[in-house]
Amino acid sequence: MSVITYREAMRRAIREALARDERVFMMGEDIGHYGGTYAVSLGLLEEFGPERIRDTPLAESGFVGAGIGAALGGMRPIVEVMTVNFSLLALDQIMNSAATLRYMSGGQLNVPLVIRMATGAGRQVAAQHSHSLEGWLAHIPGLRLLAPATVEDARAMLWPALNDPDPVLIFEHAMLYNTEGEVADDPAPVDISRAAIRRAGDDVTIIAYGGTLRTALGAAEELAGQGVSAEVIDLRCLRPLDSPTFIDAVTRTHRAVVVDEGWRSGSLSAEVAARITEAVFYDLDAPVGRVCSEEVPMPYAKHLEDAVMPQVADVVEAVRRLGA
Amino acid sequence: MTNPTAETPSTDANGSTDQRLVHLLGEMVRIRRFEERCVELYSAGAIRGFLHLGIGEEACAVGVIGALSPEDAVVATYREHGHALARGLSMRATMAELEGKLEGCSRGRGGSMHLFDAASNFYGGNAIVAGGLPLAVGLALADHLQGRRRVTACFFGDGAVAEGEFHEAMNLAALWHLPVLFCCENNLYAMGTALEFTESETDLALKAASYRIPAWDVDGMDVRAVDDAARRAVEAVRGGGGPHFLEMRTYRFRSHSMYDPDRYRDKAEVERWKERDPIPLLVSQLTASGALADGALERLEADVAAEVEDAVVFAAAGTDEPVEDVGRFVTSESVSPEVGP
Repeated sequence: MSVITYREAMRRAIREALARDERVFMMGEDIGHYGGTYAVSLGLLEEFGPERIRDTPLAESGFVGAGIGAALGGMRPIVEVMTVNFSLLALDQIMNSAATLRYMSGGQLNVPLVIRMATGAGRQVAAQHSHSLEGWLAHIPGLRLLAPATVEDARAMLWPALNDPDPVLIFEHAMLYNTEGEVADDPAPVDISRAAIRRAGDDVTIIAYGGTLRTALGAAEELAGQGVSAEVIDLRCLRPLDSPTFIDAVTRTHRAVVVDEGWRSGSLSAEVAARITEAVFYDLDAPVGRVCSEEVPMPYAKHLEDAVMPQVADVVEAVRRLGA
Repeated sequence: MTNPTAETPSTDANGSTDQRLVHLLGEMVRIRRFEERCVELYSAGAIRGFLHLGIGEEACAVGVIGALSPEDAVVATYREHGHALARGLSMRATMAELEGKLEGCSRGRGGSMHLFDAASNFYGGNAIVAGGLPLAVGLALADHLQGRRRVTACFFGDGAVAEGEFHEAMNLAALWHLPVLFCCENNLYAMGTALEFTESETDLALKAASYRIPAWDVDGMDVRAVDDAARRAVEAVRGGGGPHFLEMRTYRFRSHSMYDPDRYRDKAEVERWKERDPIPLLVSQLTASGALADGALERLEADVAAEVEDAVVFAAAGTDEPVEDVGRFVTSESVSPEVGP
């Protein structure tokens, strides 16, 4: 076992994949000579060379599309997109090609592609580098979306993602890169289709993912001091959603709060809340609560950014409003 | 020749054999008669949705694809019946696809715009203008990384040249020296808007040349010219010469799709281009050279008519995919399906 950062965990996962499978290569903006915008790929160019660690021009649609083509051609590409905001420039390829080719071809083609991107706010990088657009992408059939929220998942999710015959998007919350956690030197395989119970509790289920898991766990700790026992679910896989895990929890706790850094309207939190009410409405003691980002483009000023993002106090308050 | 640094493809060295030209004629006639029959089937309601015909443009698909090897890859657009047939998809599977039948080459999931055949490395059937170019770059990248000496031929129209993905793909292919043959079918109109209204530079080969890609413009109504240029370009690409670009000047005789009232073109312009119809052009050339024997064209037409009729009967007898299978192939079936509440 060793204590490493989330960044180092991702790097180890990439290095392991490159070493295990010669079909794996990586491409993206500034991943090679620069060492990665978030330094995830630092040192990999020197270790694996420019054929397998490919710096790309600033052409998201072009290199994401090239990743799709390379996957069709038998490779296992890892494409890094600098942030989820920039992935919008590649949305055509993600939606109209990666997610669609298998279906449109009547099952003849597969796109075994992994696209990694940073997501989320908290670093005062304002309205074009900070959003959480996972909910938009989770709308698209044909994709698998993963949000590793722990160092352990950052280390372990990539290999099964590369072994998925279909396209997988991995969202790495930018505020997590410096967080530390313990990982096994040779981690056990993880199931990338399941949510995880990160804290057991009886009175309320708090459902979070990615960057908001820490917020949810902080709220659960504070609630414990107030005599409220909160269960915390980490969604992990945003599409397809592992509904049974969170619905089972809500059936036991009878109350639920969904924490989502995305905007409330049309969000993942809306989907989770709807599934709960569709499935176990009569088991609920209170309406499903939600804590989301304010519906504004992300402001630069620190106090405003904090006010926009879900905070521990917001989650605690949402739980208390449910009468827990 | 547009790129002053590119070599000009000559028209006689390695000259096309009569036998090959007769074969190319046969392919063009197959495509023409197939699509003419599609018009009737559309009117009869057997084919629905969008139907984009390439009547008039057959020499482009036939000339380029005829120069490829079976292991090479083809990426095409939504106007791709001709490319599919030239690539070897059966008329039966293609017609069944147009009629939405399970026996179609995409199981009826794709229709006219999304013909696929993995067995012949035919990667569709892409209806996002320029969307196929990055895919072609990626297929070629996979070949490069795996040491395969394969060529990827990527077809697109003049409209694609205005898209960012065109420029991104040109740059990537040239930067990484990838084995892609870019095949621009310039029919002068992006849907219904003439090139002169949409491009500041209407010499399209010049755009490719600006990425240091050898780029040739070719008479896309003369299959001999396309065949000759394509064979040279394919040889250069396969030999490690990096991406090449063919701008084929062509014309579609019919409207953009069956919905298009064709208000934007002068009838006289269409008639002028019809005088350069690639099929009669080649027939007269082959007749003059003696390559087409007496009665050969009639026999060809009879064979093609029989093949088309067989495909029509096959498609009509095709089955509908069971509605309960509509969710198949969204994701791979080896993976657990969506877990619902």
